[in-house]
Amino acid sequence: MAHIELRNITKTFGANTALRGLDLEVADGQFFVLLGETGAGKTTTLRIVAGLERPTGGSVLIDGVDVGDWSAAERDVALVLQQYSLYPRYTVRENLEFPLKSKIRRVEPDEIRARVERAAKTLRIEHLLDRKTDLLSGGEMQRVSIGRAIVRKPRVFLMDEPLSALDAKLREALRTELKNLQMNLGATFLFVTHDQVEAMSMGDRIGVLDRGRLVQVGTPAEIYTSPKNTFVARSVGSPPINLIDGAIRDGRAVAEAGFALPVPARGEAGTDRPLIFGVRPEDLLIERDAPAEARVHDVENYGVEKVVTLRVGDMLLRATTSARQQLDIDAPVRFSWRPDKVLLFDRADGTSLRQ
Amino acid sequence: MPAVTSRAQRAAHPIAIVAIAAATLIFLAPILWIASTAFKPRAIATSVPPTVVFTPEVTPFVKLFTKRVQLKEPPTPEAYEAAPWWEKTILDGGERVLRVGDDVQLSQYPNRFLNSLIVAVISTVLAVGMGTFTAYGFSRFKMAGEADLLFFILSTRMLPPIVVAIPMFLMYRTFGLTDTHVGLIILYTAFNLSFSVWLMKGFIDEIPKEYEEAALVDGYSRLEAFFKIVLPEAATGIAATAVFCFITAWNEYAFALILTNRRAQTAPPFIPSQIGSGLPEWTVIAAGTLLFLLPVAIFTFALRNHLLRGVTFGAIRK
Ligand SMILES: Nc1ncnc2c1ncn2[C@@H]1O[C@H](COP(=O)(O)OP(=O)(O)OP(=O)(O)O)[C@@H](O)[C@H]1O
Ligand SMILES: [Mg+2]
Repeated sequence: MAHIELRNITKTFGANTALRGLDLEVADGQFFVLLGETGAGKTTTLRIVAGLERPTGGSVLIDGVDVGDWSAAERDVALVLQQYSLYPRYTVRENLEFPLKSKIRRVEPDEIRARVERAAKTLRIEHLLDRKTDLLSGGEMQRVSIGRAIVRKPRVFLMDEPLSALDAKLREALRTELKNLQMNLGATFLFVTHDQVEAMSMGDRIGVLDRGRLVQVGTPAEIYTSPKNTFVARSVGSPPINLIDGAIRDGRAVAEAGFALPVPARGEAGTDRPLIFGVRPEDLLIERDAPAEARVHDVENYGVEKVVTLRVGDMLLRATTSARQQLDIDAPVRFSWRPDKVLLFDRADGTSLRQ
Repeated sequence: MPAVTSRAQRAAHPIAIVAIAAATLIFLAPILWIASTAFKPRAIATSVPPTVVFTPEVTPFVKLFTKRVQLKEPPTPEAYEAAPWWEKTILDGGERVLRVGDDVQLSQYPNRFLNSLIVAVISTVLAVGMGTFTAYGFSRFKMAGEADLLFFILSTRMLPPIVVAIPMFLMYRTFGLTDTHVGLIILYTAFNLSFSVWLMKGFIDEIPKEYEEAALVDGYSRLEAFFKIVLPEAATGIAATAVFCFITAWNEYAFALILTNRRAQTAPPFIPSQIGSGLPEWTVIAAGTLLFLLPVAIFTFALRNHLLRGVTFGAIRK
């Protein structure tokens, strides 16, 4: 297993800049998730680590060694993709054997057999070994892809949205499996996704990528509770965070939508400076005697909880409440928030004001 | 290019079936005519209206493959009895097969046919092979002036080939390539190469590059990935391209006529040259033509599954 470091990586495609000055470190045995929207540069980052793409500038280090001149084969990394990841025309077994039969590895036939059996057992695909891959379901295909990665004992696992083509239930199941697998192997994972649930549930650390720039790196908890800017705040959490334009006046948060709620005094937020207040739905409270008033716009019942959309003026806010709470559409309700959980962002550039 | 119909559409109406049968008959009529003429007695070969019902003979084929001489007088009954069955038909017509010792002297047809096969097969293998490599390069790697280069390759097909016939002839004579197999092979390979590059590029573009990249990451070189992953995936395209190249090389007439006359002469210029001496032997020519049709028919038939998918340029692939 290995430690990966990207130093000041830049990648341009013609006039299009995919990555700008990317610095990234994945520790040995870590599950690192790169989270970003489509076009953020996630795949490009993985391809640069794998050696399939050369960076325009910067260097890639594996275990402290600059691998800039190494071919993909020499880097000894494994790559799992969202699709097209299995060789067509080959059976599952042939797919699993394929990386072991490469000349640079020289694995004995007995050893190949043993490793394939072991991987198949780990992933519960033993019964599929002699099937052709085009007859497999999506979930089975991805299991085989992961199998093809683990037979090799690579230095690093690179995964490019391996679960995103699967249906929700399967995705959830494989998420857990993959995380367990990583922990059992003690493997280094660089996992790329646009799905914040995957990032939050699997990552030891998350890196949030915004249009080729790494905005923040931290544990899932850090990313969730102390986002560096509104972009990071918006990229995790479901339902998403409420971002409310307003300012602090007389020690209270005054929203432009027409309500005022308490916030802890913070000097740098200044009086009348244009701000954005960030409140997670679970920190927005619907209470009888609360200071602000809204109307119920919509209610979605998820069983364990309800997601209530409130309307204040022409602004919509989301709050989660107990599923037992009875709320009628268009009924007036009163709400407040947990002042200590409120995040403050500068409205001009979106950066967080809490350090 | 034929339209691709789905299976549902193909469960056709009776009228459609009749129409298709009629069209097929019209398209096949010349071939049927050639086929029947090849088995006709010489006397009725060109009768008007054509004789449809007759007793088929193999005489034209015997004549096609052998050298013959005129008999001055009818054969003796013993000689007639001693002759093999196929020679009797010749003796009936007042000729006998030329022999040196006991060996039957073959006509030039088998040799010309073999020349056609050699030239067509080798030039097809070369054109498709080089075309596939070139197309792979164009498909997978970025290079300066890529579009211009591709256009240049295509432009080699834009001039009617016969325009360069005289310069080609003079060049070939200078280099001693006239009437050689190598000469024709070079020429036909060059004809087909641009076509092969373009066709193969279309097919290779269809193969996701992720497959090879997975192989690269799995520890294989670019060349190994090409042979293990790309080539099997491109089999359909290769088959389709090979059929087109083979047909072009097999049917080529003009340059074969100009550049070859004996040793390396192919069947297309040879067959009509038989018309020249004396009364035309239409049945023999028909027999030669019929056999000439066979290789293309067999080759195409053997690859029909690939072709059906291939000629739609990937439209059927999911
Ligand atoms: N080969 C290429 N040629 C030109 N531009 C490219 C190429 N590969 C990627 N790009 C561009 O680089 C940017 C980043 O692409 P990348 O594929 O890394 O995004 P991504 O984060 O993986 O997105 P997605 O979630 O859609 O997979 C995009 O703007 C994309 O258009
Ligand atoms: Mg991607």
